[in-house]
Amino acid sequence: MKEISCKLLVIGAGPGGYICAIRAGQLGVDTVIVEAGKPGGTCLNVGCIPSKALIHAAEEFEKVARMAGGKSPLGISVSAPVLDLGKTVAWKDGIVSRLNSGVAGLLKKAGVKTVHGWATFRDGKTVEVETEMGSQVIRAETIVIATGSAPVELSFLPFGGPVISSTDALALSDVPKKLAVVGGGYIGLELGMAFAKMGAKVTVVEALPRVLAQYDAELTRPVVKRLAALGIEVMLGAKAKGLSTKGDALLVETADGKSVKVAADKILVTVGRRPVTEGWGLDQIDLDRAGKFIKIDQQCRTSMRGIFAIGDVTGEPMLAHRAMAQGEMVAEIVAGHKRSWDKRSIPAVCFTDPELVTSGLSPDEAKALGGEIKIGLFPFAANGRAMTKLGEDGFVRVVARADNHLVLGIQAVGQGVSELSAAFGLALEMGARLEDIAGTIHAHPTQGEGFQEAALKALGHALHI
Amino acid sequence: MGEHIIKLPDVGEGVAEAELVEWHVKIGDIVREDTVLAAVMTDKATVEIPSPVDGEILWLGAEIGDTVAIGSPIVRLKVVGEGNVRGGAKAEGATEPPAKLPTPKPETAAPAAKTPAKASAAEMKPAPAASKSAGVSKSAGQTSGAPRPEGEKPLASPAVRLRAKEAGIDLRQVAGSGPAGRIGHDDIEAFLARGPQVAKTSGLARNDGVEDIKVVGLRRKIAEKMTLSKSRIPHITYVEEIDVTALEDLRAALNKEKRQDRPKLTLLPFLMRAMVKAIADQPQLNSLFDDEAGIIHQHGGIHIGIAAQTPSGLVVPVVKHAEARDIWDCGAEVIRLAEAAKSGTATRDELSGSTITITSLGAMGGIATTPVINHPEVAIIGVNKMMVRPVWDGTQFIPRKMMNLSSSFDHRVIDGWDAAVFVQRIKALLETPALIFVD
Repeated sequence: MKEISCKLLVIGAGPGGYICAIRAGQLGVDTVIVEAGKPGGTCLNVGCIPSKALIHAAEEFEKVARMAGGKSPLGISVSAPVLDLGKTVAWKDGIVSRLNSGVAGLLKKAGVKTVHGWATFRDGKTVEVETEMGSQVIRAETIVIATGSAPVELSFLPFGGPVISSTDALALSDVPKKLAVVGGGYIGLELGMAFAKMGAKVTVVEALPRVLAQYDAELTRPVVKRLAALGIEVMLGAKAKGLSTKGDALLVETADGKSVKVAADKILVTVGRRPVTEGWGLDQIDLDRAGKFIKIDQQCRTSMRGIFAIGDVTGEPMLAHRAMAQGEMVAEIVAGHKRSWDKRSIPAVCFTDPELVTSGLSPDEAKALGGEIKIGLFPFAANGRAMTKLGEDGFVRVVARADNHLVLGIQAVGQGVSELSAAFGLALEMGARLEDIAGTIHAHPTQGEGFQEAALKALGHALHI
Repeated sequence: MGEHIIKLPDVGEGVAEAELVEWHVKIGDIVREDTVLAAVMTDKATVEIPSPVDGEILWLGAEIGDTVAIGSPIVRLKVVGEGNVRGGAKAEGATEPPAKLPTPKPETAAPAAKTPAKASAAEMKPAPAASKSAGVSKSAGQTSGAPRPEGEKPLASPAVRLRAKEAGIDLRQVAGSGPAGRIGHDDIEAFLARGPQVAKTSGLARNDGVEDIKVVGLRRKIAEKMTLSKSRIPHITYVEEIDVTALEDLRAALNKEKRQDRPKLTLLPFLMRAMVKAIADQPQLNSLFDDEAGIIHQHGGIHIGIAAQTPSGLVVPVVKHAEARDIWDCGAEVIRLAEAAKSGTATRDELSGSTITITSLGAMGGIATTPVINHPEVAIIGVNKMMVRPVWDGTQFIPRKMMNLSSSFDHRVIDGWDAAVFVQRIKALLETPALIFVD
């Protein structure tokens, strides 16, 4: 096959890679993108989008199930709902497929050439792609590595049979009767809660003393409360040890050292994700590493001239929107613009029930800076809109410097608060002070009013509590 | 309305390609016939490309630093009438992606596609004139520009940060006039207007910035030429001091008595005449060495290159046939060429063809230099600053006007002995200037 030469080659069409390629295409950079799977990467195919589809379906089902139980305070009664998970998954696949072709179309519109296949580095300027048509050599002035991440497998619980990864969980055709979730991080709890709502008996096994350990306890308290309400058993300080001989239970060592069996049809292992640094010839180019990740600088440059890396393969936080921002920046750098990474916050959202949002510093992180801080917390119990949505659990919390009221961090937990991440991110990125948030008219009645009230609270004059 | 494509014209001099060094227009500009569109550079001279027609710029076909083949389309204009694009119905082509434009060489196609994006990025920047005036109106004493402690990020919105990045400003050095020290667009304007002295008066902030500057145009030519000279030619440098007291007296007398139509003489014409005389004894110094062919082209005509600093960089105009010019003629030609070089109007012919070169950093001081030979010549004479120094005359120190000559030679073809003889001959001529005029 004839060699392809281009200015920019992007390896991986996940959210980092495809954004990079589209932006580069917009800027007139001669760009090629290589992807072995479908465009969209983990996020679109087996991550953000399909999991949120499933979570939404589970919420709807649970809502109706509660109404069927005659417990609806809204006065709605229905007969017992039935879930056809196969149909749900097919619906989810339809969304994914629409978005797949959407991404492919955007790449095309931007003038980016897509090569389907698995890319392997020959050297720092040349990549060989195994395509259906044979081997394709691509030479590029600049290469962007956006190979993403994959679920971590436990050696004593290899994926297969009843042991499934998050990817497998999103493709189940039936709701397991008993689901054991190894790992109480956000992926495990998001999926565990969804399956619990769909009728599974869920047990979460977490080695640390608390779930969602990257968030502070105050923030996760409403989630822990909800886990209990959903009948999810959470085993803290407990270690998964392996599969029972019959394959119908997870062997667990509890916090006090006892060995117990957790009966399970499926065992979902969500103990984290690892960067994909193998299988594409990283050894051929010998890039510097930062731990298991590829080391990058403020411009996402690796240790080799002309090679950039973006997204999960470069480290935490492994979030699609971080990868997207990096991809956009790198495309502009390649096009000759002056850019470097100077974001003030990368908001993180956890789609548990209730949802969690964090942006900027937590109270503990802010205190660790050494100066005096102010914290304003407004509970949704005092928010009209939250009440009308049966979502009174949770709060918005604003952390600011005491001396000049500069907002350092914003967190929220509650129903639908993921949408508040936009306001939080904007406030931090713009360098807002408490007065700026307090002085912005927030529409009534919305949960967003809680944000304004939290700022007012920190200033000492909340109006609704 | 139609389209008119302007191709890179034959800039003469028999070259096949030229480097684009400057755009004088951008997309959307309305140009008139003879408006200068761009400047291209051949291996010596810069040539301006005028517009042959009136019209609006739709497309620019190369980026600064690109080498463009003669005949390549470089500009596309919207013009009244049919234009020169075949099938004049293509008037709507204004919205077409420029990459579709037929280009004879593949390497011009890629830059073509980039141009619109660059242009739109440039449009986002406020006009520099506007920023200056806005900045001046800001009270200068209002902000002290206190740098921030290590690690503390300056407070500014993303748009302000982007603006600073584009302008190469380290925001830690910019004082914020907003609440909590937030930096606004006005603060950036004020900083730009005041310049970097703010940082100096307000403490020391670390600057980790690295700016990549593309080596293009004359700088690239100079870089290539110097690399060639230094990598190919084994230099030998010989420094000698010369007593120019008598020469200075003569020069002063000649200038005092000179006719109206004659130029004021500097030291250079005397040196040139001295070199002509010395070369008569050692013609091998007036040579070009073709080392690949293994041939020394010894020239009869003495064409002296005069290295001259211009606003855009080093150029070497050439005084042709110095052997046939008297001292006044040499002086006049040096002045004429220096002016042409500084104003950028020197022709390729005036900037090429030297057989030996003079370089002078005399005005800057310095007691010795190591001049780089102007490849493929074999010798270069460097003039150092003339200064009054005490000289021992056998009984006492007397003040004399002294000047050093630092001269380099191609040691492959000029031995140290011959180099020394040459310089000593020039010394003798300059110290007893009457000898210069004796046939």
